[in-house]
Amino acid sequence: MTDPASIFLLAMGLVTSGNPELYGIIWLSLRVSLTAVAISCLIGLPLGAALAVVTFPGRGAVIAVLNAFMGLPPVVVGLVVYLLLSRSGPFGVLGLLYTPTAMIIAQALLVTPLIAALARQSLADLHLEYDELFRSLRLGATDKIAALIWDGRYSLSTVALAGFGRAIAEVGAVIIVGGNIEHVTRVMTTAIALETSKGDLALALALGLILVGLAVAVNVAVLSLNRAAKRLAYA
Amino acid sequence: MLKPLDENTGYGLGRRPIFPLDACNVGFSDGGRQLLDRVSLTLTQGLKTVIMGANGAGKSLLMRVLHGLVKPEVGAVLWARVPADAEVMSRQAMVFQKPSLLRRSAEGNIQFVLGHLNRSEAESRTREILERAGLSAVARTPARLLSGGEQQRLAVARALALEPDILFLDEPCASLDPASTMAVEEMIETAHQTGTKIVLVTHDIGQARRLADEIVFMSGGRIAEHTAARQFFDGPVSAAARDYLAGRLHVPGYSAGT
Repeated sequence: MTDPASIFLLAMGLVTSGNPELYGIIWLSLRVSLTAVAISCLIGLPLGAALAVVTFPGRGAVIAVLNAFMGLPPVVVGLVVYLLLSRSGPFGVLGLLYTPTAMIIAQALLVTPLIAALARQSLADLHLEYDELFRSLRLGATDKIAALIWDGRYSLSTVALAGFGRAIAEVGAVIIVGGNIEHVTRVMTTAIALETSKGDLALALALGLILVGLAVAVNVAVLSLNRAAKRLAYA
Repeated sequence: MLKPLDENTGYGLGRRPIFPLDACNVGFSDGGRQLLDRVSLTLTQGLKTVIMGANGAGKSLLMRVLHGLVKPEVGAVLWARVPADAEVMSRQAMVFQKPSLLRRSAEGNIQFVLGHLNRSEAESRTREILERAGLSAVARTPARLLSGGEQQRLAVARALALEPDILFLDEPCASLDPASTMAVEEMIETAHQTGTKIVLVTHDIGQARRLADEIVFMSGGRIAEHTAARQFFDGPVSAAARDYLAGRLHVPGYSAGT
């Protein structure tokens, strides 16, 4: 069956039928990527804010490295995590390889530099605006960081959504550390790669449609959030 | 609400004096230009001090140096004869020409500086402060959606929420209409009456006449005059001040009518 129209119809049928295998894959994908993004935000947002506020020798170099890491190749991150978690690696004893936890770790490593770098850019502008007030109030770095993260929360939501977009769409890291094991570590992107190689284009396309739908939903959410923030003069 | 005063020192009970405020030979340059040229100045507690001068005279820079936002290249700022420490710093507040408001509601801006109070105390104090500033009706409105006059009143109210011993104001009414200007001036006058030292930079001669007890007039990074307000307006001594009050551009070495 290679007729694109019939493949598309079959894919739509799968999406609307509530196929448990398909929805199991979608659920795992969301669980892994949302958890990874939450962890990345917990680390990346304060890190980005700190780099926007605190000056220290070598800050420029740290920012340059962070910016460069925004484009980390997922397969390289996957390889590094694989080496760390493999039986002979330093964390091999934990037995995390080929589990969703390993996939979360890999995606968090991939997304944290992106979130930290984008947060720094966004909050540096805000800090410039608040700088004299903060210095007049003699605020310490922690108070400044907390205030910037709170006041920049709308633009930081956009940053988090950008991180989610990168996490949910990547395949290289999760396939290496997850292994694409059915019902255990199979997520949308790895399933698409596998089903395409097997020739089950309908399932691959169904998953692809859902991925595209998620990407559109994320963009709509970003746009709505920005509009709401501008309307409320909080952005 | 008057601050309780110590009978002997005239300062708040339990607080060490921070006046007089001395600028001692303060100098600052940028790009080879001497912006503050060994300025020496003594400010006492009770008087409302207005700093005037043409653009680029060094008024705002001097204020920032006094407030500790800018470190002078030479000289020192002393509070009751000693350099400022954390306690002295915490007893000052400043209002900027462009109200630097947080991306929060009006009440959120006030509560931001009341972090030392518990939640219910901060809420009731915020209500009180906003009411006094005539901003109760817009308490929940995002600060940036307020009018220019409301924004500056909020900025002054936020500074006063700190209960400072000294309030620096850098052209707070520069872009305000007359009614808003009067409202801000009333807040400044009330703060003065409750014991807060006022140091105001303004270009508005009318405002200076209304508010000032003493004038510090600056020209070319130096203090040309430091005198009582009435004396300054009735008979300015320096050529720069005479030109300024007459609305003439001052050119050093040249005096109109000569």
